[in-house]
Amino acid sequence: MRGRAAPLWFALLVVLVVVAPFLTSNYRSYQLGFVAVYLIALCGLDLLTGFTGQISLGHGAFMGIGAYTTTILVVDHGWRDLWTIPVAGVVAGVIGIAFGLPATRFAGPYLALATFAIPLSLIGILKRFPHFTGGNIGKNLPQLHSEFGWSTNPSIWFYTVTWVVALVMFPLAFLIARGRFGRSLRAVRDSEIAATANGISTALVKTAAFGVSAFYCGVAGALYAIGITYVNPDTFPIDLSILLIVGIVVGGAGSLYGMVFGALFVEFIRISWGPALLDLFSKVHHVNTHAPGSGLVVYGVVLLVVLYAAPAGVAGLVGLARSRFTAVGRPGGAPSQSARTPI
Amino acid sequence: MQTFFQTLFTGLSDGAIYGSLALALVLIYKATEVINFAQGEMAMFTTYIAWSLITHHGFSFWPAFFATLAIAFVGGVALQRTIVRPLERASVLTVVMATIALLVILNGLAAWIWSPQLQFFPSPFPTSSWVVGGVHISKQDVGTFGVVMACVLVLWLFFRFTKLGLAMRAGALNPDAARLLGVRTSWLLALGWGFAAALGAVSGMMVAPTVFLTPNMMQAVLIYAFAAAVLGGLESPVGAVAGGLGLGVMLNMLGQYVHPVTSELRLPVALAILLVVLLVKPAGLFGRVVVRRV
Repeated sequence: MRGRAAPLWFALLVVLVVVAPFLTSNYRSYQLGFVAVYLIALCGLDLLTGFTGQISLGHGAFMGIGAYTTTILVVDHGWRDLWTIPVAGVVAGVIGIAFGLPATRFAGPYLALATFAIPLSLIGILKRFPHFTGGNIGKNLPQLHSEFGWSTNPSIWFYTVTWVVALVMFPLAFLIARGRFGRSLRAVRDSEIAATANGISTALVKTAAFGVSAFYCGVAGALYAIGITYVNPDTFPIDLSILLIVGIVVGGAGSLYGMVFGALFVEFIRISWGPALLDLFSKVHHVNTHAPGSGLVVYGVVLLVVLYAAPAGVAGLVGLARSRFTAVGRPGGAPSQSARTPI
Repeated sequence: MQTFFQTLFTGLSDGAIYGSLALALVLIYKATEVINFAQGEMAMFTTYIAWSLITHHGFSFWPAFFATLAIAFVGGVALQRTIVRPLERASVLTVVMATIALLVILNGLAAWIWSPQLQFFPSPFPTSSWVVGGVHISKQDVGTFGVVMACVLVLWLFFRFTKLGLAMRAGALNPDAARLLGVRTSWLLALGWGFAAALGAVSGMMVAPTVFLTPNMMQAVLIYAFAAAVLGGLESPVGAVAGGLGLGVMLNMLGQYVHPVTSELRLPVALAILLVVLLVKPAGLFGRVVVRRV
């Protein structure tokens, strides 16, 4: 996906995004709006997990911080919801940096255990300060409505807003992943010792990556809150953070365009693919597949299957197919880097 | 002064539970350099097995306790053999992701099989308490503390005085050299998972009477355990237990004497302690500063 083909693929994505709402129902467009939300969150998390090699199990909480920032600014301070989006990103990013500063002293997998504490802590903090956050009940945002004198269906409006933001943030992630900073991210992932020997401050790079990923998740969270029009402590459970990591692995850690597949997976496994898989299973084994917990089992099994069968995710499979069917494909496929270092 | 001692004892008993799970984390980490994210969920799952033995199969507490330890041990070995071992050659990150998958699956399965509703888990200890000099010492706290410390002691004796324990320590210290000397390191790893699972089951069964049995009951305990392990220096088994006790006492004291710290803030405070330890003394209280040779 590097080199001359990249703008072409991006153009194709833009065309698909523009055409999609004309081909599907309004409700489907609303769902596709959430795909854009997850795409933003996954791009951020991939910069941290796929490119820098730091697993985080807490980025759902940064979405939560972004969502609460937006809600509080809109409800209590009368801001226009769109203008809160960058603020939500910055707030989440700053908190991300503050957390990343000490947390990045962990080597490898330790960071993940520390980040596991963030969503659980956030719930406690939200409940502790009800006058600020609305406590257990949370807060309601105004209903979705189109703005700037454009009268359209709220679903289409949401779709437009999310994808406009996503189509800015997505190429921005490519820019971040390139060049000197992107190279130092990958250097930290591949060998911290070699990176240090080459004059890279690993703590600084990890903290910066943490901040950038939290910024992305904050923006995604702001859009998420605008879309569902309410926030409460249960809106951003630990399950969401885990689902984001599953999305990264399914899309292909270390590949940004793979995150498009990851985002589709995250949105549709919850509402249609997961239940469909379970129905298939219940036809073979007569068990109650609508019981609570069955959805989580599906995520977990999918994650395991991907880890064993296709450690480089959908992006890895696409790369493999390209190198097999085209003479010009490089050996190992286009996203060769993610194929080499599966997560 | 009475409140102080009462808080101290509750803290020590809480801390013993954190310490035992922290020890399980440290055991697997020392042997494999992998953090097992499913440690808490394994404990939760085996506690459900114990609960089901007691309420549905007519076991009384202690037979169910030891049966559960055996089941946990076998389950831990089986998980290592089936899920982790095939990834032996994969990167550490892949193995960690696999344990995350395991966490999700076990959590979902528990809710699926036993429903996510709160269940009452019986305590083997009476609810009464001893009164010593005006201080109420609950038998439950003393019992929990005693059981956990007994398990830690058994484990220590095993590692210190048996040939198998020596082999496990050798395998953890230098896998290649141990393998050359005829130690079957791969099976020892499975054994390590078994011990960690059994230890986790102990902490699960001890914590369940106070927090009630739910599929999510161990998530917070896992964080406390991790904070305890970090406090103790991550690689030191003694440090893990001491860190657990210290953390338990610290959290209970803060809850008792610092007014703004309510029960909702218990977990954020533990996270804050963890981060402060990392900033001030990354090697923990009992850890050594690791110097890596390139």
